[in-house]
Amino acid sequence: MRQTCIITSFCAVRDNKLILDGKLLYESATGDFTDFASRLYKHSGISYPKFHKMDNLCKLGFITSEFLLKDKELSGRYAGVETGIILMNSSSSLDTDRNHQNTISDRNEYFPSPSVFVYTLPNVVIGEICIRHKIYGEGNFFISEKFNSLFVFDYVSQLFNNNLVECCITGWVEINGSNYRSVLYLIEKTGKTESGIANFEPAEIEKIYNRK
Amino acid sequence: MRDVYLSADNIITPLGFTTEENAGNMLEGRSGIRQVEDNELSPAPFHASMLDKKILYEKFSSFEDPGKYTRFEQLAICSIKDAISGTDLDLSGSRTIFILSTTKGNIDLLEADPGDERLFLWNTARILGRYFNFKNEPLVISDACISGIQAVITGVRLIKAGLYDHAVINGTDIISEFIVSGFNSFKSLSNGPCRPFDKTRDGLSLGEGSGTIILTVDHDTSGKCRIIAGDGYSTNDANHISGPSRTAEGLFLAISRVMKRSPSAIEFISAHGTATPYNDEMESIAITRAGLQDVPVNSFKGYWGHTLGAAGVIESIMGKYSMRNGILFNSKGFSEAGVSNPLNIISSPERREINNCLKIASGFGGCNAAILYQKK
Repeated sequence: MRQTCIITSFCAVRDNKLILDGKLLYESATGDFTDFASRLYKHSGISYPKFHKMDNLCKLGFITSEFLLKDKELSGRYAGVETGIILMNSSSSLDTDRNHQNTISDRNEYFPSPSVFVYTLPNVVIGEICIRHKIYGEGNFFISEKFNSLFVFDYVSQLFNNNLVECCITGWVEINGSNYRSVLYLIEKTGKTESGIANFEPAEIEKIYNRK
Repeated sequence: MRDVYLSADNIITPLGFTTEENAGNMLEGRSGIRQVEDNELSPAPFHASMLDKKILYEKFSSFEDPGKYTRFEQLAICSIKDAISGTDLDLSGSRTIFILSTTKGNIDLLEADPGDERLFLWNTARILGRYFNFKNEPLVISDACISGIQAVITGVRLIKAGLYDHAVINGTDIISEFIVSGFNSFKSLSNGPCRPFDKTRDGLSLGEGSGTIILTVDHDTSGKCRIIAGDGYSTNDANHISGPSRTAEGLFLAISRVMKRSPSAIEFISAHGTATPYNDEMESIAITRAGLQDVPVNSFKGYWGHTLGAAGVIESIMGKYSMRNGILFNSKGFSEAGVSNPLNIISSPERREINNCLKIASGFGGCNAAILYQKK
């Protein structure tokens, strides 16, 4: 059965800014992403030591989801298996792939590390968010040159239509060197929530993605 | 809801360049896993199932200029080309989607040029898609060791949703220094050929390979019996990014979802069976929790190692082969039970009619997937 869904919240991190539901929540005038991520972590007020072990892709996805899901009480409203996480980016884990490559390029300085290598897979960011929020449901990571709002809409819609999810976190989490950008959407069925930002449809997804 | 059929397929591993050739060698008890001494891949020897560079080059050169394509691309093209030749479906139109499953793609190019455009997996997929003149922009799935199953699940879902009529699913990964060094740093590589579910198992053997399977809504015309891809699901352990759950929660949930939505009893399980102590133990817990401990189960990893992004695709194809030919392959490398929940591990090849096959896998990031294939 075709379900109608709404975007109940969205959170974007780009250009040293964090935007939640269209409102600028935090801004930092200077610093690279690692520095900005630490500031966001402090601003979030959470205590989660694992954050500091994550690579930049996971930090970006994690901190975006942290603000997106704050006060949403997902775990009280949905069983863990009812929530899905469907993400997309362009560079996969290339940012960390280069770090791993640097540990093996010179036989005289050959120190590959499991704590780096584990992050050479993009879907690990889904795992980090699942661990934090006890999410057990559908997960998938797609690699696409650009954010494909139509595909995200089609894929997430069929998860809802087939009752595989009751709630879904989806969006774009990309980092490659100094370029980074994330936009995560919280999608729920119409009627399950009292208010939403917009209908879950390609044009709205695209509009939110492009908001400065 | 429309049915999705498994049409033509191909497997390329050191055991052969076609599915049939692989199956023949497997029934003869052969394995592609050897000790590898190659300083470009690792400072120390290791065990892996490596494709002969020369043979791949020669195969590819027989129909295309190898200078235009990387080793990864040559391998994937050989596999897709053979699969397509086995069907008379028209895959050229806008109703076909091409899905690439890989963990690392052309990662062997990283050392020479960290800015190489071919490192982008979407670009790799586009190069492959262009070679075959697929109309739609390809999809790329990168979900660690469950990528292959996820690619099939995604193809099935997109077809069932009516968005496409055919999906060409290719899973490919090659072995590079990048991958060997990483798995070695985790101390997950085996000392000899891997021994899934065995008491003496001590790690996985890496493997390189490519598999292609064509999904279609059109009735399969290519022979003996019709196989459909049933429902498949992915889940997360929400437990640890590099270690499986002690309770096997995620995999158990994925299998449970398959069983809940499928009326028939499961007759064969193609396990992930990487032969790491933790993975196989976790799978034994999940299978037992689901009440499937008496169902015949194998791991194909003893034949061609852990082929990463190709694994779910080529092992699904062998599940299909098993159903079509009434053959259960033994779990190579297994001799004595070594998991805490005893399973019905297939210890010698067996002729048996089976009507369905449950394919499962788990991977880094806590991800799990399960899909059921069945005769129609």
